[in-house]
Amino acid sequence: MATATAQSAKDQTQSELHRHMLRDMLLIRRFEEKAAEAYALGKIGGFCHLYIGQEAVAAGSLAALRPDDYVICSYREHGQALGRGVPPGAVMAELFGKATGCSKGKGGSMHLFDAGRRFLGGHGIVGGHIPLAAGIAFALKYKSGDQVCLCYFGEAAVNIGAFHEALNMASVWKLPVIFLCENNRYGMGTAFERVAAVTDVVEHACSYDIAAEMVDGMNALTVYEATRRAVERARKGGHPTLLEVRTYRYMGHSMSDPLHGVYRTKDEVEEQRKRDPITQLADKLKEEGVLDQGALDSMDAEIRAEVDAAVQFADESPDPEAGELATDVLAD
Amino acid sequence: MPTLTYRDALNQALREEMQRDPDVFLMGEEVGVYQGAYKVSRGLLEEFGPQRVVDTPIAELGFAGIGVGAAMAGLRPVIEFMTWNFALLALDQIVNSAAKMLYMSGGQLRMPIVFRGPNGAALQLSSQHSQAWDSWLAHIPGLKVVAPATPADAKGLLKSAIRDNNPVIVLEGEMLYNIKGDVPEGEHLVPIGRADVKRTGTDVTLICHSKTVTVALKAAEQLAEQSVSAEVVDLRSLRPMDEPAILESVAKTNRAVVVEEGWPHCGVGAQVVDIIQRDAFDQLDAPVQRVTQADVPMPYNKHLERAAKPSPEKVVAAARRVLYLE
Repeated sequence: MATATAQSAKDQTQSELHRHMLRDMLLIRRFEEKAAEAYALGKIGGFCHLYIGQEAVAAGSLAALRPDDYVICSYREHGQALGRGVPPGAVMAELFGKATGCSKGKGGSMHLFDAGRRFLGGHGIVGGHIPLAAGIAFALKYKSGDQVCLCYFGEAAVNIGAFHEALNMASVWKLPVIFLCENNRYGMGTAFERVAAVTDVVEHACSYDIAAEMVDGMNALTVYEATRRAVERARKGGHPTLLEVRTYRYMGHSMSDPLHGVYRTKDEVEEQRKRDPITQLADKLKEEGVLDQGALDSMDAEIRAEVDAAVQFADESPDPEAGELATDVLAD
Repeated sequence: MPTLTYRDALNQALREEMQRDPDVFLMGEEVGVYQGAYKVSRGLLEEFGPQRVVDTPIAELGFAGIGVGAAMAGLRPVIEFMTWNFALLALDQIVNSAAKMLYMSGGQLRMPIVFRGPNGAALQLSSQHSQAWDSWLAHIPGLKVVAPATPADAKGLLKSAIRDNNPVIVLEGEMLYNIKGDVPEGEHLVPIGRADVKRTGTDVTLICHSKTVTVALKAAEQLAEQSVSAEVVDLRSLRPMDEPAILESVAKTNRAVVVEEGWPHCGVGAQVVDIIQRDAFDQLDAPVQRVTQADVPMPYNKHLERAAKPSPEKVVAAARRVLYLE
């Protein structure tokens, strides 16, 4: 009886976790749809890289972290910020460049920060933040903590020197870092196989003697499990892991780019949409009886209201004061 | 007061700050087992161990970025570049990561990190190993840049740099490591952003920093023999720059020569001249002159090399021009 209760509690915890991941994915999807609308209306400026299609990567991997772990990302990081718990209003306000944004309107879409949630950006130079992740992990090990650093980057970053230098030192010094490569197949409009001699990113782990795993990035549960294993490895012995998470972005590289352009076909995008990560997990949870269509609909309605509120908050928030121009250049 | 070399003064600063604060660590090529390419880190590995004196692979971009990440997570890294020539590979981390982190995070992430190493021309090292990066680095908002000329300033500025909550660039003069001078023991802090008058005078101001302070002081001696009284103002800090100190001296002498190891185009001297023309125009009795490295890559041949570098003779000639003596 005790065992049955424990099993049932475990199932319930697992169902809760899966429901949580589904909610995160749906929040990211609805948020990004609204961001696209706001961009079209001119409320968001500059570069704005949407995460639609890749939601399972952020939702699955972030579920494997503790609140005191660290997260660092590239410039396609709205999803990770939301998944890490940065309030949607603060993220949308940042996209709008408002004073209430999570970087006070000074960072924008590519530089979301929330130090309290240990969400350390939002970095705009491809691959440039990968050594920073190793540095954060260096500090964690230096302080003898058991936290880890989870670092997201795209497959295009694998061709840059910073990636290789960081992986090498992380391995030599056994740093508690997870290098999570979101392989969405295209660096802007260049297919990975056109510019990479080795197209399975995981293969690079051999060069640096670190653990690696190839993961289906359209399935939040497999992403969660792989990240959980990597986190455990990092926490216990400081061993880094390279995860290659195969995913797909439905939208253009940024809002200034076409949906498919000439580098991929519309059919390819449509084909990928059939593997939609949200539909996959929702169907699974419905099959398992964790939630029915009604529950899913009400979850979606709740999220839509939350995102509408975020847009309203961003809209109504003030621009930064003129004096903010010259603050935060130097610390006291 | 003990007499130390510039190298040992830097070593003392590192040792004292590492003793004072366990979050301070040193990272770079050859800093540990080898005791430092220029022996600035001599003895530190033995005292503080490999966790705090970290030998790196030859990967400037990577370990500069690791330093930035460590600072983001609360440590106070001191990143040594074997020379600033190699730090070009790390500029993305210095400029795009370190200098902008506080600003683009809306004030959330401080960046208490020091990037240091030898800078400026050495002897017959040819084009890639003999150059000054001062103006490149001083151009960037979010950085502080210091360039000490004496052992005492080297110690005091490095200690201040390590305690600063911002990224500080410490440009050590590659030809200065062996010079000796009196260095105060213990708590000796030189504030960042304050120039120092190294010699007082009344007829002409020689504005300089790092190795060119030595050049200017020699020029001042030669000028004294010609009955010209030169004042030598050592900037010490290139960002922020001590504008009042420059203006105060020029108000007294009405003439100025700016001396630097960098190239002339868009150099540090150009900034100094801008300050003077803007705020001391009416006090000038002659256009400001500049003495710089020749506008060419550094040649290997020693005669050509000498011709390329600032020298006391060139400074004397420039001073005589602003005094209308030639």
